[in-house]
Formats: sequence, C-alpha cells, structure tokens
Amino acid sequence: MQRRNIVRTASGALLIAATAGGVLYGCASAPADRADGQRAEAMLKSSFKAHGQATLDRLDQDETQRLCSEYAGRALPQPVAERIEKANLATIRFPADGKLVGDWKSGEKIAQSGRGFQYSDDPTKPAGANCYACHQLSPQELSYGTIGPSLYQFGKRRGFTDETRRYAWQKIYNAQAFNACSNMPRFGHRHILTDAQIRDVVALLVDPASPVNR
Amino acid sequence: MPGMIRRIVAASAVVCVFAGVVADVFAQSTADEIAKYRDALQDGNPAELWEARGEEMWKTPRGPKHVAFASCDLGQGAGVVKGAYAQLPRYFADAGRVMDLETRLVWCMVNQQGYTHADATKTVFGNGSAKRSDLEALAAYVTSRSQGVKMNVPLDEPHVHDMYALGEKMFYYRGGTHDFACATCHGDDGKRIRLQDLPNLTKVEGAQKAYTTWPAYRVSQGELRTFQWRLNDCFRQQRFPELVFGSDASIALTAYLAGRANGAEYRGPAIKR
Amino acid sequence: MADPMKIRANVVGDSTEVKVLMSHEMETGQRKDAQGKVIPAWFIQNVRVVHNDKVVLAAQWGPSVAKNPFLSFKFKGGAKGDKIRITWVDNHNDTRTDEATIA
Ligand code: HEC
Ligand code: HEC
Repeated sequence: MQRRNIVRTASGALLIAATAGGVLYGCASAPADRADGQRAEAMLKSSFKAHGQATLDRLDQDETQRLCSEYAGRALPQPVAERIEKANLATIRFPADGKLVGDWKSGEKIAQSGRGFQYSDDPTKPAGANCYACHQLSPQELSYGTIGPSLYQFGKRRGFTDETRRYAWQKIYNAQAFNACSNMPRFGHRHILTDAQIRDVVALLVDPASPVNR
Repeated sequence: MPGMIRRIVAASAVVCVFAGVVADVFAQSTADEIAKYRDALQDGNPAELWEARGEEMWKTPRGPKHVAFASCDLGQGAGVVKGAYAQLPRYFADAGRVMDLETRLVWCMVNQQGYTHADATKTVFGNGSAKRSDLEALAAYVTSRSQGVKMNVPLDEPHVHDMYALGEKMFYYRGGTHDFACATCHGDDGKRIRLQDLPNLTKVEGAQKAYTTWPAYRVSQGELRTFQWRLNDCFRQQRFPELVFGSDASIALTAYLAGRANGAEYRGPAIKR
Repeated sequence: MADPMKIRANVVGDSTEVKVLMSHEMETGQRKDAQGKVIPAWFIQNVRVVHNDKVVLAAQWGPSVAKNPFLSFKFKGGAKGDKIRITWVDNHNDTRTDEATIA
C-alpha cells in the first residue's frame, strides 16, 4: 500500500506523496522558537539546488522530522514522544506473504553497502542500508561505527522466537515506532529498502547461522 | 615505503617520501595508520602549494578591471589579510549581508575586479591540475595568515547573531530520505561512522577543534578543501540536495560553528585524511 | 606550466636538511574516471638535487608516490647562503627546476 505512493520520475527522482509522510497530528504545544524554525526552513529552500535524485522536496519535513528538529538538543516531552511513536507504528507494514526472514548472506551485503540516495549515487543500482556505519554486527567486520548499539548476538540474546523476528522487522521498517526521534533511518517507511531487502537484513540479525549469532 | 621508490642515490641515508594513495573512506586499515600518516606529513603540508599560489593571486591585478585584492576589505580594512579569517563570518555593510571568507572573496572579484558572478564561481572546488580552483588557493593564503590568532567572530553584531541562531536551527534540521541532521552524526561524544571519528560539534571543544583546522589538505583527494566544501560534502552524505556555494544556509552554519569556536587559536590550513 | 616547488633548506649541525613540496598529479595509471576509462599514468620519474655543482640526491620514482609529493632528506655539508637546485622530470618529459638558498 505504501509503495503506491511512490512515483519514480524519468530522472529516477523519488517523489513521495504527502500521504506517505502523513499529516499525522496537529501539534499545539509549539515551542517558542517556531518562528525561527520557519525562517530556517525558508532559508533552506533558497540555499539548495536539485542534483540528480536529490530533489528539493527532500527538504520538506514530515511531522516526525519537524517535531524531532524542534525538540532537538533538549528533552522530548513524554506525550510528544508517545504521539510520534504511535504515528510511526501505524506506518509499519508486514509483507503480504508473511515471510519475515530471508537470506543473511545477502543481508550482510546490504548491511555493508553505504550506497544509495546521495546525489552522487547511481539511482538505478539497489541501495544499501549501511548498518555497519552505525552498528557492530558480524564480529569479522572491524570497521563499524558506534552511533547505534552493538547488534552482535542480537538473535542469540533475544531468543530465536517469532517475537524477535517481528521486532527486528518492525525496528528496521520504522525505528521511531519504538524510540521517537531515533537517529536510525526508517528504512521501510521512507522506502530506502524494499521488503525483500528488509527480509534479508532481518535474517542477518535473527538467523542462528548468521555470523551475528555465532 | 621501501620498494615504492625504486632507486635513490643520496649523500645521506635519511630520505623520506610520502607514498601511497590513501584509499577511500571504508578501505582504511586502522585509524592509527591515518594518524601516523598525518603526523608524518604535518611537516610538509601540501596546503603550502595552495597558499603560495593564492598569495601570488592576491598580489596580482586580476579580472576585466585589472584590480588586485589590495582593495578587498575582509573586515580589517582594504587589503588586510593578517588575522582577518579569525573574525569571519561578519556583516559587510557594502554588501548588506553576513559573509564568510569565500563569499567575500567572490564579492571582491565581482564588485572590484569586474568578473561576472558565474565566472567568479565557475570552479569553487578544484579537481586536479586540469581544473584548479582560484578560490581554494586564495582561501588557503588568507587563512594561513590567521595562524595562531584566536577566533573572534563578532557575535554581538545583530546580523551575525541572527545568522548564528539560524545556523543552530539548521544544524538540528532533520530531513531527507534518512531523517538526518548534522546533529545525527555530530551530536554525541566519542561516536564514529565506520572508523572515522565524528566530532561532537554541539560542544564548544568539538566545534573549536574542527573549525580551526579548516581549510585542510585532504590526502585522500590530493586537494585543499575549504569549509564551504566540508559543508557541501556533509549535506551530500545527509542525502540533502546540493548546497549552493555561498548560500545563506552555508553562511549560517559557518557562523554557528565559527562562533562556537571563538576563543580557540586558529591552526589551519591543516592536513587531514 | 607546473607550479613552483616549496623548498626549505636549513643547516643542522654538519648537515643540511632539505624539505621539498612538489605540485604534481602523480597518476598511477591504474585509476579509472567516472566513465570507467583508465586515467593515463602521469608521474615524476626523476628527481635531482644539486649543491655547488655536486649531485647530492638522485632518485627514481615510480607511480606509487602520492599526489603532491613531499620529500625530505639531509646531506653532509652545505653552508648558509649556498644555493641548492632541485629538478624533477615526469614521464611526459615535463620538467621543472627551482632554486633555494640554505638558511
Ligand atoms: C545512522 C545510524 C544508524 C543506521 C545506519 C542504522 N541504525 Fe540501527 N540504530 C541506530 C541507533 C542510534 C539505535 C538506538 C536507538 C534506537 O533504538 O532507535 C539503533 C537501534 C537499532 C536496533 C534496536 C536494538 C535493540 O536492541 O533494540 C536494531 C535492531 C537496529 N538498530 C538495526 C539496524 C539495522 C539492521 C540497520 C541496517 C538496516 C541499522 N540498524 C542501521 C542507528 C542506526
Ligand atoms: C551521515 C553522517 C553525517 C552527517 C549527517 C553530517 N556529517 Fe559532518 N562529517 C561526517 C563524517 C563521516 C566526517 C568526517 C570525515 C572525514 O574524517 O573524512 C564529517 C566531518 C565534518 C566536519 C569536519 C570535522 C573535522 O574535524 O575535520 C565538520 C565541520 C562537519 N562534518 C560538519 C557537519 C555539518 C555542519 C553537518 C550538517 C550540515 C554535517 N556535518 C552532517 C558525517 C556526517
């Protein structure tokens, strides 16, 4: 259903229709510097030019991005956090065939690749997820970042259960369903990864044979 | 290094040549290697080649009007280079705008030397000897003359203050396919992407350390890069559209980070990965 | 055509310490451009340093020396005010010579 909202233009640009991001809630508790925020937004618009797939609509914020920007650098009030999480949870789709776990080997490749969605990337090639940029996963890969927690032994620690598999799918699909304003991209919701790719990355986390769990 | 230099006949044994193209972001062995390489090169920073070219350009009459930069006011009076960078960005009444160094250089090229804006900004980021950037060379020269000077961006000035505030907003502005803001990658202590350390630019020490070492000679590119380039490339990684050179957003972010660096000694142009 | 070298030469004890920065692409001949075409090799092959008509360093470089090379070496002798002359020749037979005074 989400997929229908995407239009791929001739130049490969992604246009995400308004319903995908969604006007999810009218937020009344606007902090005082909302006006500054709007000026900043106007300044942004005049300061960028479309380049390949990175078109100017990338600067448009959905409600989640707007709230997370507004509250950045200070504590997020609990009600706002809950609203963000609820709205993002509602975006999560499970695959039609119900199959959540794919091939961890292909998942490893997706987790390694940082390609995708930069104007310097070829939009006809499949995008990666660059999980390693932020997480430790397989112990063999020493070049990993630390923006997110280590996911080494993720499946083993949580148990190889349906619940773990469902959580992994949902967390990758939309991390903010569980943690408002998380720094982790919303891979499914923002159409960074396809369902088939998410399935493979889930396998990397939850397959007992995956190096993550060895 | 041995084996890379095929034959050397020298009067003494101590010969040292820096060899090996440093590969791309993800192909490095360890952060230590990079640090070692950088330390070794500190002695002979190729940024000096850009500084020399920039100095020559600064002193030579240029453009359709055949005017030298001696008439260009970087904020400390016409033609004054020493210490100028440490007090930029600042408000320029003649332009009615807050400007960073690069924008001001373009302004002088257009308004004093007679270049069109298009000509002055044709090559803002160079690429090898076939496509060299005058602006990068000029920036290398001007910034080198602030070495050892304490950063002192005039934040009390209302226009600069305003830009600083907008820059702060922009720093936290999340958008694009990946929901990234500058703060996503530069908002915490001790984080890294793959093996690259990420400075926490929300802290004064982080901003000081980062800002005072740009422009920098990038070993991985064999180019001298300015702060405008740094912002441009981070926005690319942020999955944003392309930052326009000298745009208000670029100046606001520069004012924010330069302002936060106030009090620290300027140490550029440095040498980096 | 090539940019001047940056040369620093200083007397240190009974030797002269020389530091040279050269402006050169140093293409390995193994890199490809955005279109996938090999970028032809282009690198400094010979470096010669002369002090008082005496060659104090002669080096042959390969394509694996980094872009904008930095060379540092010492030779015995040399006095303040003496001249040293440095020449490089690349595989296109392009060449550049610069002179510096020992300080
Ligand atoms: C830009 C950095 C970033 C990237 C890229 C990223 N993550 Fe995360 N991830 C985080 C952060 C930060 C957290 C902790 C906050 C949270 O839970 O949302 C996190 C949390 C998680 C968690 C929850 C861990 C737990 O124990 O509950 C999982 C699972 C996860 N990430 C998987 C992935 C996978 C798989 C990928 C690649 C498809 C990925 N992440 C890419 C930043 C990132
Ligand atoms: C996706 C992650 C990411 C985002 C988003 C990002 N950066 Fe960066 N930034 C990096 C990386 C990685 C480096 C280090 C590059 C290197 O070492 O070569 C860096 C380096 C820098 C540096 C230089 C630090 C130094 O000490 O040399 C500055 C300044 C900077 N970024 C500012 C910004 C600003 C301002 C923004 C927002 C417009 C931003 N970055 C957004 C990843 C990011």
